[in-house]
Amino acid sequence: MGMTITEKILAAHAGLDEVRPGQLINAKVDIALGNDITAPIAIREFKKAGATKVFDKDRVALVPDHFAPNKDIDSAEQCKVLREFAKEQNITHYYETGVMGVEHALLPEQGVVTAGDLVIGADSHTCTYGALGAFSTGVGSTDLAAAMITGEAWFKIPETMKFVYNGKMGKWVGGKDLILHTIGDIGVDGALYRAMEFTGETIDGLSMDGRFTMANMAIEAGGKNGIIAADDKTKAYIKGRAEREAVFYYSDEDAKYFDVREYDCSKIEPTIAFPHLPENTKGITEASSLNIPVDQVFIGSCTNGRFEDLLEAANVIKGKKVHPYVRTIVIPATPEIYKQAMKEGLLEIFMDANATISAPTCGPCLGGHMGILAKGERAIATSNRNFKGRMGSPESEVYLSNPAIAAASAVLGRIGSPDEL
Amino acid sequence: MKFSGNVHKFGADIDTDAIIPARYLNTSDPAELAKHCMEDADPDFVSKMQNGDVIVADKNFGCGSSREHAPIAIKEAGVSCIIAKSYARIFYRNSFNMGLPILECKGAVDGISEGDKLEVDTDSGKINNITTGKSYQAQAIPPFMQELIAAGGLMEYVKLRGASA
Repeated sequence: MGMTITEKILAAHAGLDEVRPGQLINAKVDIALGNDITAPIAIREFKKAGATKVFDKDRVALVPDHFAPNKDIDSAEQCKVLREFAKEQNITHYYETGVMGVEHALLPEQGVVTAGDLVIGADSHTCTYGALGAFSTGVGSTDLAAAMITGEAWFKIPETMKFVYNGKMGKWVGGKDLILHTIGDIGVDGALYRAMEFTGETIDGLSMDGRFTMANMAIEAGGKNGIIAADDKTKAYIKGRAEREAVFYYSDEDAKYFDVREYDCSKIEPTIAFPHLPENTKGITEASSLNIPVDQVFIGSCTNGRFEDLLEAANVIKGKKVHPYVRTIVIPATPEIYKQAMKEGLLEIFMDANATISAPTCGPCLGGHMGILAKGERAIATSNRNFKGRMGSPESEVYLSNPAIAAASAVLGRIGSPDEL
Repeated sequence: MKFSGNVHKFGADIDTDAIIPARYLNTSDPAELAKHCMEDADPDFVSKMQNGDVIVADKNFGCGSSREHAPIAIKEAGVSCIIAKSYARIFYRNSFNMGLPILECKGAVDGISEGDKLEVDTDSGKINNITTGKSYQAQAIPPFMQELIAAGGLMEYVKLRGASA
């Protein structure tokens, strides 16, 4: 019997020819990642265990991106823990503010992760790198600590759910809408403990940025990983970036799936997740008819802070002004994206529209800094979670959308489509 | 291990932002985190909580972030164990890795109410509801997880393996 791409990558990293769902393995990790929230606990556990050296200084990535540039004294102390550990261990992939970006946009862009890799990260959105044809999954700080010592992690082989996307996407529809639609269909635990494999002609046609957005949100359906097998687009993306030889894995024809679900993408509208769960989805037609005013718009994050996302938003907002009582915050996810947006005139378009631009950071996505909501306030954001209190006051609300809808809503002052401008 | 305590009951999809909001994540000090445990799900939780009490919740407990601050806050607040219909996978993994006992039992969750007094044996998975007189059997903890618990968590397990390598 054949294997899925997820099973093949896990088997290869455990030195096995074959694995089956439910099997427990110990596997070698290509990259172990931590950030300024999760790495301090991992470093504490690393030291407590009496460890003195990481297994490989080139295979540990430390990205202080959540509350950096340091938002307060306590955050500064946490970032300092990372900096001192990085210095002491001579960690290759440590990113100081200036070269720091949102980790899941930064690592693929810098070629730190590549196709065929097995990556663990003490951050739930580590599943993003599945867009490269890698197995990557979020773990906790203790797992990170153990991996920094041994270079290995334990896994239970997940069952795989296959999602097949066909049909031409409509206007203003992208990867964000496909994944929100899918989460709306299966629910926030619809893929619990399982691998989510995204395939079909619509995925073939999707850009790398759109694919990263989809794999990024696998965790919002409870998935262990989201994965898209590499094709020519993937190969073109990693060319000149990847610091290791990529390995390309593909699911066998006779691989076994827990479930196969098919979507006709021509019928998927731009999709909005209503408070307080990503599964509470509605199409833009219905959302717009509800006339929902917004106080803040956030365009950024590891989900939708890449160049194509900013371009999509800029094309909508160009020549217009954001609503006078809407704070519109644009955060390019990495310095490279920031520079490209500057060179191509996007930053000027946003500034002329009275939007503001911040240094790369996770910032407002998790209610950290750079745009916290007050009691009773409402935001539409291109990020990935709309849990109660996610962006600030427990009595605030977050709606999730793609960048075009977010930009249009900034101008309208309420949730709406670019077609209404 | 055997525990007894009163029940604090929660609904489905309790996320890690509800367990420990990100506004408190500028520290990893367990005592500080425990002060804000479950704050956005029930602001009075910490004041009502007595050492040894049990959290009972519906499906997908701990969904969202990978922050280990969530099980740390719960453990440090004095919660002896959690009983839920299901757990989000990273929360499940983290709890075993850092030694917070958690059990899966659909029947118990439906048959237990806020304030009930429970006796829980995490080794056998036996749950006795002292208030109602009913008892339940949770799903057995998988053998590998039992190994982790026996070793005293993942770091101790890694040390043992390292010594034998």
